[in-house]
Amino acid sequence: MAAPAQRRIIFQHIDEPGYSNDLACYVRNGGYEVLKKSVTRPPAELIDEVKKSGLRGRGGAGFPCGVKWGLVDRKSGKPIYLIVNADESEPGTFKDRYIMHQDPHQLIEGTMISCFANNVKQAYIYIRGEMPHGARILERAIAEARAAGFVGKNICGTTYSCDIFVHRGAGAYICGEETGLIESLEGKRANPRIKPPYFPAVLGLYQCPTIVNNVETLCHVKYIVEHGGDAFTKVGTPNNTGTRIFCVSGHVQRPGYYEFEAGKITMGQLLYEVCGGPLPGRTFKAVIPGGSSAKILRFGERFKGKRKVGAEMVDYDWGVEDVPMDFDSLGMIGTMGGSGGVIVMDDTVNMVEALANINAFYSHESCGQCTPCREGSLWMKKITTRMVHGQARNEDAALLKSVADQIPGRTICAFGEACSWPTQSFIAKFGDEFKQYPETKKAAKPVGAHELV
Amino acid sequence: MIAPPKPDLVTVNIDGREIAVPKGTNVIEAARLVNVDVPHYCYHPKLTIVGNCRMCLIEMGMPAVDPATKAPIIDPVTGKPKINWIPRPQIGCGTNVSPGLHVKTTSPMVKDAREGVMEFLLINHPLDCPICDQAGECKLQEQSTGYGRGYSRFVEQKNVKPKRTQLGPRVTLDDERCILCSRCIRFSKEIAKDDVLGFVDRGSYSTLTCFPGKQLANNYSLNTVDICPVGALTSTDFRFKMRVWFLKQTNSIDTETSVGANTVVWSREGQIYRLTPRRNDDVNDTWMPDSGRELFKAVMAADRLVATTHLDALVAQAAELFKMNASAGAIAVVGSGRSSVEEQFLTKKLAAALKASTQLVSRVGQGDQLLISADRNPNVRGALVTGLISKLPKVGDATPLSRSTKGAVAAPIRTGGLTDLAASIDAGKVKVVVSIGEDLIAAGLTAAQLANVSVVYLGTHANATSAAAKIVFPTLSVFEKNGTFVNQQFRLQKFAKAVPGPQGATDDLIVLAKLTAAASSAPMASDLGSLWTLISAEVPAFAMTSYAQVPETGLLIDATPFAALPFVEGETLHFKPAAAAVALDS
Amino acid sequence: MNLKPATLHSIDEVITHYPVKRSATLPLLHLIQEDVGYLPPETCEWVAAKLELQPINVLEVITFYPMFRQKPIGRRHIKVCRTLSCALLGGYKTCEQFEKEFNTHRGEVSPGGEVTIDFVECLASCGTAPVVLIDDDLHEKVDCAKAKQLSDQIKAEAKKR
Repeated sequence: MAAPAQRRIIFQHIDEPGYSNDLACYVRNGGYEVLKKSVTRPPAELIDEVKKSGLRGRGGAGFPCGVKWGLVDRKSGKPIYLIVNADESEPGTFKDRYIMHQDPHQLIEGTMISCFANNVKQAYIYIRGEMPHGARILERAIAEARAAGFVGKNICGTTYSCDIFVHRGAGAYICGEETGLIESLEGKRANPRIKPPYFPAVLGLYQCPTIVNNVETLCHVKYIVEHGGDAFTKVGTPNNTGTRIFCVSGHVQRPGYYEFEAGKITMGQLLYEVCGGPLPGRTFKAVIPGGSSAKILRFGERFKGKRKVGAEMVDYDWGVEDVPMDFDSLGMIGTMGGSGGVIVMDDTVNMVEALANINAFYSHESCGQCTPCREGSLWMKKITTRMVHGQARNEDAALLKSVADQIPGRTICAFGEACSWPTQSFIAKFGDEFKQYPETKKAAKPVGAHELV
Repeated sequence: MIAPPKPDLVTVNIDGREIAVPKGTNVIEAARLVNVDVPHYCYHPKLTIVGNCRMCLIEMGMPAVDPATKAPIIDPVTGKPKINWIPRPQIGCGTNVSPGLHVKTTSPMVKDAREGVMEFLLINHPLDCPICDQAGECKLQEQSTGYGRGYSRFVEQKNVKPKRTQLGPRVTLDDERCILCSRCIRFSKEIAKDDVLGFVDRGSYSTLTCFPGKQLANNYSLNTVDICPVGALTSTDFRFKMRVWFLKQTNSIDTETSVGANTVVWSREGQIYRLTPRRNDDVNDTWMPDSGRELFKAVMAADRLVATTHLDALVAQAAELFKMNASAGAIAVVGSGRSSVEEQFLTKKLAAALKASTQLVSRVGQGDQLLISADRNPNVRGALVTGLISKLPKVGDATPLSRSTKGAVAAPIRTGGLTDLAASIDAGKVKVVVSIGEDLIAAGLTAAQLANVSVVYLGTHANATSAAAKIVFPTLSVFEKNGTFVNQQFRLQKFAKAVPGPQGATDDLIVLAKLTAAASSAPMASDLGSLWTLISAEVPAFAMTSYAQVPETGLLIDATPFAALPFVEGETLHFKPAAAAVALDS
Repeated sequence: MNLKPATLHSIDEVITHYPVKRSATLPLLHLIQEDVGYLPPETCEWVAAKLELQPINVLEVITFYPMFRQKPIGRRHIKVCRTLSCALLGGYKTCEQFEKEFNTHRGEVSPGGEVTIDFVECLASCGTAPVVLIDDDLHEKVDCAKAKQLSDQIKAEAKKR
């Protein structure tokens, strides 16, 4: 079956010739019209549209945005904050970068609509430190929008006022975790908070109710408010509404970002047709479908079970290529859609070395606050690094699995899962390769293989 | 019939046992009430909860309810309410009880989680227990017994971190032993209000540090050593002195101030090695000042007084002196706010028998709003309650520095209160002064004044007064005897004998009883049991009490007769002065 | 602290962005680092005084975030992405190429002080791997040839000074 055409909602203007990131261009293309209409509508109505839309957060967890907004404590009398999570850090993910660099006003408009809907008077965009240009572009765009009355005092001539400030991170993946981000925004080490009691919706920034939404999510809000929640559910598939941006990297002919209706494209269509398949002379070996913490899939493995289609339960028997790229289907086969970062590895890649690379990342990024993640992530890194650069032992595979099993579900934040799922899934899917590694590493590397750690 | 639980209690089920606990209690504390231990490192009852060690993971569930009727669903097999168990373990420290909460602390999931955490905590730990001062009271050792693997699967290089860092004058840090629980950081920030500790670097390389150029030097720094669950923070003074399992623990009271922090004296074979705080949620929580921990050193001081003459001979000499000055007012008794209640009671008896005036030496300094109060006498209220004095001693205006200002409490202490006595001596009325442990020179009398009277001195250490005294009775320090103090809250608190006194020193009670007997020609009890029979009969505030009945956490007594007195204390932990008080340190 | 008037102005301005001064810790550290090139030892006390904090609060933050540095670096900062997508397409080789070009090692200042090369984690541009951030500018698809070309450019610019 041929891959569907891209459906560019969020990326409508990305890479469009002549489209610039200034206000004039944005307004010329109909920008801020939705905000102007929104501020004349009752805020509850806007929240309702988002709830109806079924929009799921695009940061990685896929939590319904309307539900998140519904949890906000509106009775405390404390100010409500909104934070744009622009700390795009999950390896393999690079979608928010383009929104912020090429279409910042789309984000600002989505943010302001969300702020108005939730009676937010102050918003912050927490952008990762490694995007200095992105921060400057956003600051300039906010200044433009402020001058034009779309941000700041008396928005669009109403009595509603709300400002946005850009806040730069400084190289910490954990700031993508919403409570870690809040701590960082408060000027501290980004140690995620325990939940309970520190649910951002109740005790967030400065112990006030706080909404933390991903960049792409807020852009979707703009679309939803413009077209209505019902219209949004017509895009994509039930429970996986709207579009999804896939960021494809690694060993494909045409890596890049592609926006499709959620659930309407399979992994095979994405990788073979859209991305042009493997590099010449290579075959696909494995793919990580939702950012490097998502569990890896091995080409050749099959997934069987029953799934709901409409009201009926039907059998499915999928290869990796057949899996629809939506939250639910990827969840069903034991991995996740996550942030949409698809990392492809071909047959030149040794999985021990690939895991060593990932483990080095997570051990570097663990905040170090809670024991299992702090010690487990570094231990796994030390094992895999030793396997590659020192002595590899036959028993290392079992040890790695055992260490990884002691982490998830026992940590303060989801980093515990993020750092252990790669090891767990690599061993589960490529256990033989780990066991044979002491022998493999003595042999010559495949042509075209790169050093990974 | 079982009475319904009080409205502020919630019933929870821990390992199958139902218990009603106050709302807001966390699972660790609730479990403690049914003698179930939930192991933990970072949790401390007096600090904020961070939930970072993950040792207290427990399994938790709530009764299932029918969504339509809200009625509990009964499990048809057991006939008991069905419990929806949360599939992943939860932290006991950060989970507060809610009605119907079910907790499992012994399930395979919990055991597995604890074993995992233990292994992780030990992989980068140096495992130098044989030379570690924490050995014997180390939570890692303790939990290894239950949840340790017994062998190591870790073949990699351990992380290298700084060893033997002097964090301050009294605390030594071994960063490799640190498990990053952050108790010391939270203590410094939240309790001592001296935010100098923190973690630098990240992940497994995170390292506890004092800000370069600063020191952990506040007067509460050693509490970080107490609460360090491992051997990372150790007392520079106690380091390598003694294995803790050889030490005997005796309950005592910090005599620095009228706060009366509860303490434990750690001793072996008659020698004291350290003092640590003893938890009392109404007095000092789990803390004590560093300065109070130094006090035991005076026990072994070279200037300890010991007698070479037999006690009875000394008593006979005193009796002779008393007889020669039998007229009313010829003898003055200087009592002490450092004496125990029992000693003050006997001092009062002695003064009555001698028809002597009584006065107390005042010691007033700056309070620190935590566990150092303005009144540097531990038992002025005892003197009031026993009737040794009827009004507060005058605050001295002379400011000789007292010898007791050790440690970080460097502010001067005003010692005084003897102006009336000085006048009487100058007027030639007083011929004999009996001082119960008070250095009269330090308290404001002049050497010339002392030369004009005969001094009978009871005390522990040599000073100008003992040197000038005609008769000296060497007595015991607080660590060498039993007794009680009344602290600023009017809480009667016991201290116990930890070590024997030196040869040639006699229990103050025996000396006072013998002197009283000599002066009144009637026998006087000197043992605590008999004394308390007299005390409870004569002192209204103690009417219902005996020594044996005083709990280890103390007993509040009726303070109303003294409510109008202008006590000098300002606010400290668990103490607010009455509105009328003259708070010198506010 | 000897900061430029513009930096001091920005510092005072950015503090007003937050209802709690402490929030300005990261922005202040960025501004000081941009001005001085690194965070000199007196930074902690200066920032702490400015934001009514204790110096340890600032030191904890500086050492948590890898972008903050407490030592001077070369005139140009070359950050090569080390993470998976870039490594799959030769990120390690790219880094080695830069090291060779400037006769230095990761984390060190090159002889003559022109560059510091660092391996950093994911720069969020995985679709154009391998990527390199030179000062504030992202360079995409930096294979060895492009690394050499960028190095030559840096050297040429250095010569002009």
